Order: sequence, then structure tokens, then C-alpha cells
Amino acid sequence: MSRQVTVDVRHLTRVEGHGNILVRIKDGKLEEARWDVVETPRFFEVMFKGKDFRSVPLLAARICGICSISHCLTSLAATENAFQLVIPKTAAKVRLLAKHGETLQSHLLHLFFLAMPDFLGVPSVLPLLETNPKAVEIAIRLKGLANRLCEVTAGRTTHPVSLRVGGVTVMPCSDELLDLRGELEHSLDDLAATVDLVKSFELPEFVRETEFVSLKAEDGYPFFGDRVISTDGVECDAANYLEVANEYVDANNTSKWTHLSRGSYVVGALARFNNNHEFLHPEATRVAREMNLEPVCHNPFMCNVAQLVECIHCTHEAMDLIDELIATQPGELTAPVEPKSGQGVGAVEAPRGILFHDYEYNHEGRIVRANCVVPTTQNNANIHRDLSSLVTYFVKQGISDEALELKCSMLVRSYDPCISCSVH
Amino acid sequence: MKYLGIESQRPKIGVFDFTGCEGCQLQLANKEETLAAFLSCIDVVCFREISSASGEGFTIALVEGAISREDEVERIRWIREQAEVLVALGSCACFGGVNRLKNDFDLDEANREVYGDQPKPTLPVRAINEVVPVDLEIPGCPVSKAEVERVVQHLIWEVPFRFPAYPVCLECKQRYTVCVFEMGELCLGPITRAGCDAPCPAAGLGCWGCRGPAQETNFEEFLSVARERGFSEDEIVDRLAFFGGFRGIA
Ligand code: SF4
Ligand code: SF4
Ligand code: SF4
Repeated sequence: MSRQVTVDVRHLTRVEGHGNILVRIKDGKLEEARWDVVETPRFFEVMFKGKDFRSVPLLAARICGICSISHCLTSLAATENAFQLVIPKTAAKVRLLAKHGETLQSHLLHLFFLAMPDFLGVPSVLPLLETNPKAVEIAIRLKGLANRLCEVTAGRTTHPVSLRVGGVTVMPCSDELLDLRGELEHSLDDLAATVDLVKSFELPEFVRETEFVSLKAEDGYPFFGDRVISTDGVECDAANYLEVANEYVDANNTSKWTHLSRGSYVVGALARFNNNHEFLHPEATRVAREMNLEPVCHNPFMCNVAQLVECIHCTHEAMDLIDELIATQPGELTAPVEPKSGQGVGAVEAPRGILFHDYEYNHEGRIVRANCVVPTTQNNANIHRDLSSLVTYFVKQGISDEALELKCSMLVRSYDPCISCSVH
Repeated sequence: MKYLGIESQRPKIGVFDFTGCEGCQLQLANKEETLAAFLSCIDVVCFREISSASGEGFTIALVEGAISREDEVERIRWIREQAEVLVALGSCACFGGVNRLKNDFDLDEANREVYGDQPKPTLPVRAINEVVPVDLEIPGCPVSKAEVERVVQHLIWEVPFRFPAYPVCLECKQRYTVCVFEMGELCLGPITRAGCDAPCPAAGLGCWGCRGPAQETNFEEFLSVARERGFSEDEIVDRLAFFGGFRGIA
């Protein structure tokens, strides 16, 4: 074979942030396949220095517009661990509800707005307003509900205002909660229609074995937690996250890269599913089976399916949480806060995977050192390595140049990368 | 799209992003109840985050984010040349936003701290209007989609549009929020431009001034009230610097 191919995508579309794909095949031989993050670096870890603990969660949220609630919650957990604070039970429930709102909002945005156009052969969701209005209506309804859930529990959909060190400041009133409960129940029909839609997508059958890292389930499918596990048998405290991530700098990337037991690892919906599937809501498990998602799944394109399975899980769990909140007296919403010098690590499952914030405070409650390890940072090296295998696999099957470019782009999109986050 | 029986032009819009969190762009896809109507009166020719269609020939550019690298300087100049109207979207674009906090540090040291011995190119953070002329600024972190809609209506149909001249306090009172000063919290509401509906005081957080200064403010009076209430200079200065909107005033 004397094939020459160059795939050169500068600033991949329908992903959050700026990244490039470069593939070079010469005389039928793969010379190079790269995924490079070129987003402008932002230096948040430096900006945290000297900041008062009250402004820290607000600054943390600005790392990412899509998962601002996760960054805020991880930041709060790090500060609360540093101050040795335990937040009231009700506050923990409201936070988890906000977390579910964000997971739904983020996954739905990805499935409908970023991924779906590839499977329906259109450049964006916009033409579908005319050709496939039903799907767009469902998307808008589901996403609207997810955003309302965030608004009621976090005060705002992007950059939360009612989550603060020690707990939460606002308890949603039971009327609002009951309304949401009804709408969530109603949304199960839309989610069922989404399952049918995603079933009609032709997901590429590509497999490359890798390591999946997530929080460990302690009481239920994990969104908050203290232990980290991997499919290669690693288990450790989240506080030892440095030994998990092993971050290093790559010359071509403004995002760092990470590795654990192998050359690279994966975090996110598929990693959470692979590690903790037995803790999913039974309805979510049923849908996973129906869609042939089985642990341990090494097909990166199945992350789309795992996200949908999680949407069903989060919807059911949100309804249960609302029932609990309505049935119990709210009691205290915040614990008294006293700044202390010391270090604290927070770990949360953001929509795109495990997220760590690590702060060291002085006795005035100002940060002296900060470090954040972000989901997409952890996925970038694995995406890069997937690309070579993917290209080799499809070139062997005689794929056209154009189709190869699309497959490469779809591979990256499956990880739902959040690139501005990864260059925090 | 017809308005009062007259076929109006759907303006070609391009959406671009620089140093920021993309939260402002995300707002464009939010406010689901009017999303379809919003999209039907504009022609989105370029919006990398949600579309692979890379049409050119936009007349209105909505620009998110601050400028903090050489290639961004070139890209914003190119956008300025193409666009008839350049709108800065959000506090990062209008003031530099939280990114501006980076400028308090030595950039070489910052680079060493984050990237070790492989530093990455970076520049001190600037707002868009410090690099190219800007026609309209919509502040906020994030922007309010309702305000973006009103600005777009203004650009298409010349519906009059003016930012409120009054400060956040007014909207806060309209919501019957108990003043956070009474709970011992600092608040920039008295000097910050309204238009956000005061969500932060309503959550007991106080205003952080993400929308920048209001037109009519008594800055001196605010400072003396804040001092009287026992807030330290550090606290006040930190708060004013957070989103970069009070440069030159504070
Ligand atoms: S203004 Fe705020 S929401 Fe908008 S891009 Fe900047 S940090 Fe994000
Ligand atoms: S809380 Fe802030 S915005 Fe509201 S009235 Fe008091 S000072 Fe004004
Ligand atoms: S209350 Fe202040 S900080 Fe909050 S959105 Fe309005 S202007 Fe911004």
C-alpha cells in the first residue's frame, strides 16, 4: 500500500476549548498521530495564592463554565478538609442534588449538542431544528430541567452562589422541590426516547485496552468520596492523588499529561461505570444492558452510552433525594467555620471524571499553595494514544481519508474533553 | 423572520472565545424557553464550540474571554477586521475577569511553578478593549442571556437598549432580599451596575462586582460605609479586584 494521508484538524469543533488532531501516513505507514491541546494556559494555581477562603470557591468555579458546580464543590471539600470541618447532613444532600443537576446538564449538552450531529451527519444541532425537531425539543426540555435543578439547589446554573464553606446558604422550598420532583418523573419519558435515539447511532467498534480510574463506591454510585480505585487494581486514599496522577509536561501540550499503571489512563462516565456499575440504580443498569454496555468496556465511543446511563441514574437518585429532603426537618445548613492552617484535599467525580483540589492554608485562612488535577488533563494522554491505534485499525480496513478524519474527531469528542479546564 | 409584517435580515453571527471558562458561551445555549426563537432570528455562521460549520462573513462577532497570548492578539485583530460590530461578552472580555489576578504575579515564576522547566508562552492579561476597539460590552460572570437577547434585538431591529444606570442594590430591594451588610457580609451592590437581578445577595453571598461599576455611584460614601462596618482595607481591595471591573476607580 502506498497511501499518503494527512489529517490536520486545527481547533477541533464541538469540544470545549482548543485542541488539534494531526495524523500523517506515508507509504501506507503511520508516521504520526497526535492529539495536542493548545489552549492558552491560565495559571489558576498561582492565582489562588493569597486568596481568602471565602473567595476561593468562587475563583475555583471560574476554572470551568460547564462544570463550575463540581469545581466549587471540590474546592469546598478541600477547604473543609483543611479546616477539619464536617458539614450538616442536609447541606450534603442539597450539594448532591446540585451535583446531579450539573451531571445531567453537562452529559445532555454533550450527547445532544456536541456528539449527536456526527451520528446524524450534520455540522451542528442547528439544522436539526428543521429536519429533526422532535430530538431538539427533547434536548431542550431535558437540558432546561437540568438547569432548573442547578438553579434551585445552587442559586444559579453557571457559577453557583449558594454553596459555601461549611455547607449551603439556601434550602430550596418544598413547593419548588415538589415541582422539580414531578418534572423529573415526567422526564423519564424523554430519557426513554433518548435511549431509542442513541441506540440508532452507529458507534464505531474500536477497542484499546487501558486503565480506568474513578472514586470508589462507599455508599452508592460515587460522586463524592475519599478512596480512588482503578481497573488495574490500584486502590488508595484520594489524599494521595499525586501518586495516582503522576502529572508531567509534554512539549506540544499546554495541558499536562498523566499516567498510573500503564502509559495513560481514563477518567469519566465510562471509568465510573467500569469500576462501580453494581451501584447504579436498577433502571440505569437495565438500560446499560439494553445498550450492550458491559464492564469492563474498553471502547472509548461507549462513553456516550455511559453518560446516558448516568443520566438515568442521576434522575432517579435526584427524585429519591428530593423525597428525603421533603420528609425531614432541614435543621442546620452550615457548620461554624474557623480558619486553620493546614492542608486539605477534595475529590469529586465531575461530569468528565475525577477532580482533585489540594490547598494549603495559613492561620488567617489564606491559601499559600494550591494544586488542581482536572479530568481532561487525565484523559489527554489516553486520547493521544488511542489515536494511533484507531488510525491503524481503520486504515487496515481501507477507510477513506474523509471518513478517517471524522472517526478521529468523533474519538476525541467521545471523551467530552473540557479543554479550558485542562489548562487551568 | 418577520416582525410587524416586515422581513428582517438575519444577521450573520460569529462566536469566538479567548482566555476564559466558556461559561458565557454556554449561556447562549441556555434559557431554553426562548432558545428556538433566539436561534430563528440570527444566522450562526461560526461557533466552534457547538458547530463544525466554519462559515465566514459574520457581521456581528460575540467575543468571550480575555487576551493572554500572542496568537490571541492576532486572532482578535483578524476578528475586528471582519466584523462590523464587535461585542465583548462577559467580564473576562470586558475587564480581563478573574484572569487578571494573574497579573499580580511574576509570570516567569508562575510559569516555573506550573510547567517546571518547560515554560509555555503567556502574556499579562488584557481586556479586549485594551487590544482592539469594542463596540458594545455586556459584562457579567457569566453574562445574563436575557441581556444578550436584548442586545441582539437592538442590533437587528434597533430596539432601544440601555444598561441600567442604577446599582445592584435596587434590584436587590426589588427581590426583598435582606441586606447582607446586616448579616456582617461585605457587598459591592451599592457601586455595581445592575442588570443581573442580584442573585448573589439573595444567596447571602454579597455582590462581588462582576458587572463593574454602575454609572452613578458614590464610591467615597461606599468606602466609608464599608470601613465603618469594620471591613479591612485588604478585604475591600481584594473584593474590588476580583473581576477586574473596578480598575482605575479603586
Ligand atoms: S466572564 Fe466568567 S463566565 Fe464568562 S468566560 Fe469569563 S469566567 Fe467564564
Ligand atoms: S445586600 Fe448588597 S445589593 Fe442588596 S441592598 Fe444590601 S448592599 Fe445593596
Ligand atoms: S450580584 Fe454582583 S456579583 Fe452577583 S451577578 Fe450581580 S453584579 Fe455579579
